[in-house]
Formats: sequence, structure tokens, C-alpha cells
Amino acid sequence: MAIRFTVNGAAREIDVDPEKPLLWALREDLGLPGTKFGCGAGLCGACTVHLDGAAIRACLTPVGSVEGQSITTIEGVAALDAGRRVGEAWHTLDVPQCGYCQAGQIMSAVALLTEVPDPDDAAIDAAMAGNLCRCSTYVRIRAGIKAAAKSRGAAA
Amino acid sequence: MTAAMLSRRRFVGASLLAGGGLMFELAVPIAAHAADGAEPRLLTAFIRVLPGNRFVIGGKNAEIGQGAKTSLPMMIAEEFDVDWDQVTVEQTHADQSLFGAQSAGGSRTTAREWLPMRQAGAAARQMLVMAAARKWNVPEDGPTTASGMVKDRRSGRSIAYVDLAPEAAMLTPPDPSALKLKDPAQYRIIGKPIPGVDTPAIVAGKPLFGIDVAQPGLLHAVLETCPAVGGRFKSANLDTVRALPGVRHVLTITGNGEAESLLDGVAILAESFWAANKARESLEVAWDDSAQAGFSTESYAAQAATALGAKAASEVLRKGEPDAAFAAAARTVEARYDYPFLAHGTLEPQNCTALFKDGALEIWAPTQNPENGRGLVAKALGIAPEKIRINLTRIGGGFGRRLMNDYMVQAAAIAAKVPGTPVKLLYTRQDDFRRDFYRPAGWHAFAAALDGEGKVTAFRDHFVGFGTGEAPVRAGELPGAMVPANLVDAVLLEQDLLATNLPTGWLRAPGSNALGFVSQAFLDEVAEAAGKDLPSLMLDLLGSPRALAGEGRGPAFHTGRARGVIEKVVAMADWQGRGKLPKGRGKGFGFYFSHAGYFAEVVEVSVADGQVKVHEVWAAGDVGSQIVNPLNALHQVQGSVIEGLGQALAGQKITQVAGVVEQANFDTHPFQRIDATPKINVEFVITDNPPTGLGEPALPPVIPALVNAIHAATGKRVRSLPVDLA
Repeated sequence: MAIRFTVNGAAREIDVDPEKPLLWALREDLGLPGTKFGCGAGLCGACTVHLDGAAIRACLTPVGSVEGQSITTIEGVAALDAGRRVGEAWHTLDVPQCGYCQAGQIMSAVALLTEVPDPDDAAIDAAMAGNLCRCSTYVRIRAGIKAAAKSRGAAA
Repeated sequence: MTAAMLSRRRFVGASLLAGGGLMFELAVPIAAHAADGAEPRLLTAFIRVLPGNRFVIGGKNAEIGQGAKTSLPMMIAEEFDVDWDQVTVEQTHADQSLFGAQSAGGSRTTAREWLPMRQAGAAARQMLVMAAARKWNVPEDGPTTASGMVKDRRSGRSIAYVDLAPEAAMLTPPDPSALKLKDPAQYRIIGKPIPGVDTPAIVAGKPLFGIDVAQPGLLHAVLETCPAVGGRFKSANLDTVRALPGVRHVLTITGNGEAESLLDGVAILAESFWAANKARESLEVAWDDSAQAGFSTESYAAQAATALGAKAASEVLRKGEPDAAFAAAARTVEARYDYPFLAHGTLEPQNCTALFKDGALEIWAPTQNPENGRGLVAKALGIAPEKIRINLTRIGGGFGRRLMNDYMVQAAAIAAKVPGTPVKLLYTRQDDFRRDFYRPAGWHAFAAALDGEGKVTAFRDHFVGFGTGEAPVRAGELPGAMVPANLVDAVLLEQDLLATNLPTGWLRAPGSNALGFVSQAFLDEVAEAAGKDLPSLMLDLLGSPRALAGEGRGPAFHTGRARGVIEKVVAMADWQGRGKLPKGRGKGFGFYFSHAGYFAEVVEVSVADGQVKVHEVWAAGDVGSQIVNPLNALHQVQGSVIEGLGQALAGQKITQVAGVVEQANFDTHPFQRIDATPKINVEFVITDNPPTGLGEPALPPVIPALVNAIHAATGKRVRSLPVDLA
């Protein structure tokens, strides 16, 4: 069955089982391996993407359910102002260690900053607690979100 | 590699690249490290000098987030005397005959590579200086270098490295060991905060990891093995599964009975991972697990309790006269401690891609230990090691799990059955939790003898772990050189070893992550009985600065370096002012020495309604004379501290019923989250010792510091992990 939706601003169409999770459709059918598989159960956040701007877990989302909607992944998030600022902060502060969770961390951070432009520690913890970082880069994730918040309004 | 071969081989080769660049192949002799027991060997690094005076440096070690892909090229670039922004790092493949050791384990990379990497860079630089001196007809000690340029101060001439390529390629290389290396005061790259070389690609979501490997015609594989590790395959509904959508092959894999190599299994190969894993839901396998079904967490605990109540099966170490010392003690302190099996839970599940074609194997593997994998694959499949090429991918977390290469052997065994087709094997999260090499559980009955002045005169540990006969399982040893056994005159270490079907392995700071907890938490009890605090007791035990021999291949332990970090953290954490803390709040201390690194840490907690909140952590470490990359060094210590806190507080334990591990995902074996992350203060004590690694030594002390803080806050001793104050 053909399923049509928008990915990173581009119209895409794939012919797969609508029950296939969005995570695997992105990775296997759309050539976008940046979104990561961690747990398959919505427990780690490695597969976080945006559905019409909100952070969702792609491993639990059947691709058929996003028909006609708009998905943003790590490959396209830098096109958003908050995405660009988070990416720059992540690089400057060298947030990643192994880096495997960071696509999900960045997607959650961008969703947070879009909703709360200047979050405090409590807001950051509440928004980011669903994203596991096995290397425990949490000190820098907090700092990265604050640095990205601070650079709001700065020129690209 | 013999000494004669070393002397015959050129140390540095320079050759012209098509298009006008220069390729340096730098082979640097590495003296046999006494602790390695290996022969002297050559290490080959490479630098490509490209048009535009840009430089590609090979990153030879597996990158698990420990930072070696950045830090080793930093060492080369420093002595090559180029700017870091002129450098691109390229991951090499696995070949120890070319690159020397490429493993990522034991926090050993920095110590092993510190000298040869700098020598490699210095040798290449020297050839360019010699080339410029000839071109300009000046003495070779005249020209200087900076930013990839050779300069002659007297004449004011300068020339880019790349423009010296034709001359440099003609030269006889220098002996790297005869070159003078930079004074650290002159460093422009080493010691500077440099972001990881892959960080931009990570942020952009580029494919870097093993799971991201793409090959034309690739099939995706899932592997079912016996839920009770080690069970044998009997039968399965293979034909039913073969008929399911997207499935291309269903294969039985006959193992060799070794978990680190290959166990029996059924592999499903499909056009997508999702199709393969969905088909797996219909797979029904009959296993023979009669040899495994008797193992359970409950039975281990019962056996341990029995063993601790009786005379131990064997002595690991008897030093001085422990029996006499205990008989003469003014006071004896006794306590029992235990800790559970733990899983690694790397966020990137185990995976490997393999292609078997024309009798040769090509492998793409996120492995911390590639040569071990090559050997295992060669032996299991009967393929010559030189017919196996291993490409190293970036690794989504190691923590010791990927020192094992079971996933590599499995992928190779599957690929060997479908020649010409690349196969990517991927574990589900449940596979990853149930096919781990676990940190082994352990039980300790400690005793310490105190004399009338509160001095520790004897130390005893009756340990119950796992093993066969007197041989403990991997990562389940009781080392005679552990603190405080190495500091007390009269010592008795004895053990009983239980049988298990669970394979065990190295988890970040193996051995020490458990022994640091039990020994330093027990010493806190001893200190209390002696009317002291733990830092004071440790300083008493350490005595005057001196080096104590390590055990076997282990490093020496210097009491002065231990004193240095203890005194440092006591000052950082305002330890003497801890009495001013309000009720329900407390500070605890822990020290440990592991992987050649010295760390002392203080944790501050509050406890309310049985819930522990960690407010702040102070860590002081001594890893020698130079922090190679301070940005990453801080990261490693913070990560170790949070991981250690998680082992105690997040509820981690692997339990087993009828041979089967019960935990299957992050809900039942949780790791620490951002909302439990305290403020962490880190300082390094710089001493005149060769730099050593930072992946592990900051982890062990934080666990005893935490439980000692809980005692300070509540009066309750935590003698079992994970912490449960209910």
C-alpha cells in the first residue's frame, strides 16, 4: 500500500506494510539512517523524530499512521532555527561521547526549545528524561540546551 | 616481530601521491611493554599530505566514545607541527601487523600510544625539515616549522610541507627514537580542548555506526538462541517461517558450545530487519536446556550463604600472620557485602555485517577488540585469518561488551551460508540483554582487626564468586593487589566459586566496579569503629610515599599519588565542614586505584522517605603529567561518575530463573537519566608520571562514596546493591 507523507520538507511515497514502524521505514525505505534503533519499546528515545513539530518515538509509530503528515528527522532538523542553534551548541560543547543517542537527544531538545525558548534545569530534565544516554553526557546536554537557548535571535 | 626485523625495516617511508601530495608511512618501534608480555613490534601510522597543504591522519583505534579517534591523531599532529584545522582524521581498518594494538579496553590506549604517536609525527616533520635544508642548502638544524610550513629564520624563506614532497620522498628516514620531542610548554594541540572529529557528522545524523552499514543486496538477519544461555537446538518450524512475507532464508546455526564464539541458533534472513523480526514471532524452537535450567539467582544466593558460613574452598592470598593478628586484636569489625550481575546495555545493540565471497570474508564491525574477533572467526569457520578483512565502524557504546566478538562470529557464520550476499545481523534489545557477558555477582565476608590505637593490623575477605575449580570466571577474580590488601601486613583472601551458565565479561572498570564498592564501604565501617573518618584511615594505611608492586601484569601502586588525590578531594569538597550539613543530608568518601589511575571522590546526598537524591560529587584524579584532551577528559570522568551512581541507584540487576535472564529492556534494567544527574566537580592532580587512560578509573570510587554518604545521612549501612532503603 502506498503511503504518502512529508519528510524533512520533501514529499515522499513508499509502498510498505502500514504496520511497519516509522523508524524502520526511515532507515530502510527512505535512506535516512540517522534515526536510531535502541529499544523498540519507547524506553530510550534514540528514535525520536518530530511529527508536525512534536517529539514522537518512531519505533512505536506505524508508518501508516503518519499518512499525509509531516516528519522531521535529524537529517533535516538543522533547517529549523532551533535545530541549527542546538547543532552548533552540540558541536561547540562537544556533547557526544559515542554519539549513538544524540540524534534523539537533539530532536527532543529542539522540540523543547520550540515550545519553551528559555528552559530552566527542571524543564530540561522533564523534557529530556525519556532520552537515555548510556555514556551519561547529561551535564553537557543541559549545557547545550542552555547555550542554544541563549543564542536565540543570533544570525545564522 | 623480532629485533632483527625491526632494525631491517624502514622506520619512515615517504612516497609521492598522484596529484602532487605526499604519503608518509611511519613505522615506529614500540618497546615491549613489560605488562603486555608481547614482543617488540612496529606501529604504523600514516599521514597524507594533500595539495592545499592539508593533512589526513589515520585514526587506528576503535572509537567507542572514549575519544581515541581524536586524541591519537592529536599526538601525531602536535609533533608533525601542523594546525588542527588543517587535519582530517580517517579511520583505518583492522590490521595489527600494520597498526599495532587497535583494541579499546583497559584504559590502556593513552599509556600505550603516548610515545610512539608523538615519535611518528616528529619523524615525518624531521623529513620535511631535512628536505627544506637541502633545497635551501642550509644546515639541517637551521629550519623551524609551524602550521605545516618549514621556515628559515635567517633568510626569511618559508615553504609549505606539500611543496617539499618531491625532495622528502627521496630522503633516508631518521630513527624516530633519536628525535627530540617537544617540550610540553610548547604544545598547541595536546592539552587543548578539541571536539571529537566525528561530532559534526553525529550532529548531522550521518551514517557512522555498525548498524548504519549499507551494502548492495544486503539481507537483514535476526538470530534466535536458547533463552537459557548454552542450550542446544533440537528442532523448529523452519518451513513455516520460510513462507512468511519478506523472508529469504531460515538457517540453523550449529554452535561450538562457546558463548564467546558460537552457540546454536536459528537465523532468519529477510529483506528488512522489521520483516525478519516479525517472522521471528512465528518461530517455534525446541531447545535442550536441561544443563542450564537449574541455575537461578535464588540458588546462587543460597549457595553463597552456605559457603560464607563454612570454611572457604581455597586461599587466594595469605600474607603475614592473619590468624595471630585477629587473635590479638583489640577489636574486630565484620560485615558482609554483595552485588548482582549487571548487563552492559550499549545503546547501539550488538550488530555486525559480513560478506563471504570467493573464500574470503569482509566484515564491518563495531568491535572494541578486532584481532580477537578475527581469531575467533577464523577458528570457528575454518577460514585463514589473512582471508578476513575487518572494517572498523564507529561504536555506539562499548563499556567492555564489545571486547567480546560473539556477534562477529555469528554474522560470519550466517554470511558463510549465503555466499555472495552481505548480511547484517542485528540484536533486538531483548537479545542484547539476554546474550550479554555479564558483570558477575559476588559476595564478600570481610573482617578487619584493630589494635588499641585503632590501627588496622589484619584484613580478611572470604569471597564467593563464580568459576570452575579454582579458576574464577572472566572479570570475577579477587586480586591480591587490591586496596587495602596491599596496604595491610597480615592478610587472608579466600574464595568459593559457584557454577553458572551465564557468560561473564568486562564491564567498565571490571573487577574494580564491584571491589571498590565493597572494600571502601567496609573500610568506612572500620574507620567508624576506629573513631576516624575514611580519608584519615586511608592516609594512615597508605603511610609514606612509596611504590608497591602490582599483581602479575598490573601496574605498581604509588601510595604518594593516592595521598595526593585524597588530600585534593578533601579540600575540594570541604570535607572537614561536613558536620554543618542539616539532618538527613550527608557526605561520603571513596578512593580506588584501577587501570593505573588514582581517584578519590566525595558524594553529597539527602535521603527522604527512602529516596536518595545526589546533590553534588567531587572527583580528584591523577592520571599523570598530561591531560591529552581536557574536553574529553572531563567527559570521561563525568560519565564514569554518573554510570557508577546508576549502578547503585537506578535499580540495575540481572536476575535469572530456570537458567533464563529475566530482564529484557531498559525498564527492568534501568540506566541513569538526566533528571538524576548531580553537579560534578572534577580536578586533576598533575604528577610527573607518564599519562594513562581515563575511560574507567573514575567509576569505582563513586559507589562507596555514595553508600558512605547514605550512612552519614541516615545511619544506615548499604551492604548490597542496588540500593534499597525500603
